[in-house]
Amino acid sequence: MSDKKNPSNKLDRTSFISRSVLTLFGLVLAGNSISSNTGIKSQKKTTSNNKTAGGNSKIAGKHAELSILNSKPWNAETPPHLLDDKITPADRIFVRNNGKVPENIDVENWTLTIEGESAEKTKTYTLAELKSNFKQYSYQLTLECGGNGRKEFTPAAKGNQWSTGAIACPKWTGIRLKDVLNDVGVKSNAVYIGYYGKDVHLNGDPDKVVISRGVPIKKALEDEALIAWAVNDNDLPLMNGYPLRLVFGGWPASTSGKWLHKISIRDKVHDGPKMDGYSYRIPKYPVAPGTKVPEEDMKIIEVMPVKSLITHPKTGAKVKGRKSFEVRGHAWAGDLSIKEMHISIDYGATWRKCVLDPAINKNAWQQWRIQVALPEKGYHEIWSRATDSEGIMQPMVLPAWNPKGYLNNACHRIATKCV
Amino acid sequence: MENEARKYVNLFAFIVILALFWPYLSELRPGLFKKHVEITPYKVEEKPEVVDGIEIESGLIYAEGYLLVKQQCTSCHSLELVTQNRATRAGWKENIRWMQETQGLWDLGTLEGPILDYLSKNYGPKEASRRANLKNIEWYEL
Repeated sequence: MSDKKNPSNKLDRTSFISRSVLTLFGLVLAGNSISSNTGIKSQKKTTSNNKTAGGNSKIAGKHAELSILNSKPWNAETPPHLLDDKITPADRIFVRNNGKVPENIDVENWTLTIEGESAEKTKTYTLAELKSNFKQYSYQLTLECGGNGRKEFTPAAKGNQWSTGAIACPKWTGIRLKDVLNDVGVKSNAVYIGYYGKDVHLNGDPDKVVISRGVPIKKALEDEALIAWAVNDNDLPLMNGYPLRLVFGGWPASTSGKWLHKISIRDKVHDGPKMDGYSYRIPKYPVAPGTKVPEEDMKIIEVMPVKSLITHPKTGAKVKGRKSFEVRGHAWAGDLSIKEMHISIDYGATWRKCVLDPAINKNAWQQWRIQVALPEKGYHEIWSRATDSEGIMQPMVLPAWNPKGYLNNACHRIATKCV
Repeated sequence: MENEARKYVNLFAFIVILALFWPYLSELRPGLFKKHVEITPYKVEEKPEVVDGIEIESGLIYAEGYLLVKQQCTSCHSLELVTQNRATRAGWKENIRWMQETQGLWDLGTLEGPILDYLSKNYGPKEASRRANLKNIEWYEL
């Protein structure tokens, strides 16, 4: 039937099209109001923050002295002297976000789904079910960004220029990941787990996954691998993954997915965004600084290296005469423990052994301390160097250069003066 | 005839609604209209405030091409991501390609050249050092 022969049909069609367009338009609007919680608000917030790019903008729930590296997405690090506590307070945990923080989080209806090729079935749990169906555990676990220390590499590596502050070791409370995985059933061919979170991509596309990383199944099944909802007995800070996240101590913190809502048990190495390319990867073989490394020659970073931090005194201390003072801090070594801790006040020419505490549990940092008196008037640097349980030490200069500037574990240095 | 009239009323209503909501639509979903709308979160100031060579609103080094960076880069991320980085022209270009291939950055067209000029000139490679001197120390009495 042609339109000319039947005008009523034509009209029907026109009004149908017109109505359809209106409906579609309505849907787009509805979609926008759903995604607007992460769109317009954060965009406006960021714009105003850009105006104070000098560095006096602040992050909700975080200590005012955190150093902000990036306001969109939020990235901020903690100066060493603010990390003096054995258990890192929640407001001093660094912020490392790849996308926009989810807003209007509905805790009542928050769910976690376990799925994947190597899952016996797909199963979804509410937050309440996770809390009541499984035994709860608390561990102090060290989370450090793979790019902590990037700032020092030359040629410069792209990304947030972290100094020393992308490290924290608070007390995490939740359930063992392995208890949940075993409740679902893990097939014998499982290789990796990959997480999915509710953060939103910077370009505003609600379907684009921001970051989806994970760990080999062996690490996932360790006792200390947690699905956590609490830090130091309170809800997770929003910036650190509220209401639910993974915590794998001693591994690049990007493996510990935030705003967790899905875990995939994979029969191969997980292939989500930022598992591939140059993200969180280093060359398979040593390269000279600035070398162009082909993508296929890059390998995934697994465990983090041995490292330490001087948290007291704060750099810049002026000491009167030969007065002795305590130098102290923390040391950590991925999945290993710290065997010995030394400091030097003569640029590494001689080293003094510090008193070292044992770790409270695996993957927790250890505390060390020593009394120091500066030998003469003038400028003195104090360097700290940890040795792990396998005898591996922190280097005094930068470790191996790599294209994205990961794994800088060079010894920590502070400046002091004897006056 | 009544039906015909209703058709025009419908169309008219649609256009009015579209016109009313257009600014919100383009702001809410930049990705949706990326190809048609140039997102400029900053107004072009005739006399930008510059202190010590830094344009205050953006934090960028005030030099030829800064406005392009200010306009093109801020719809996704803050300019701190620009100012804290250092690279050669090739390095900055690689960065742009990565954002285009994986992060949804649009084709910068004829703006790419001037943007790369600005970035490589003002945010070029830093001096090489195996370990730099400790800097910016605030001295205090212990």
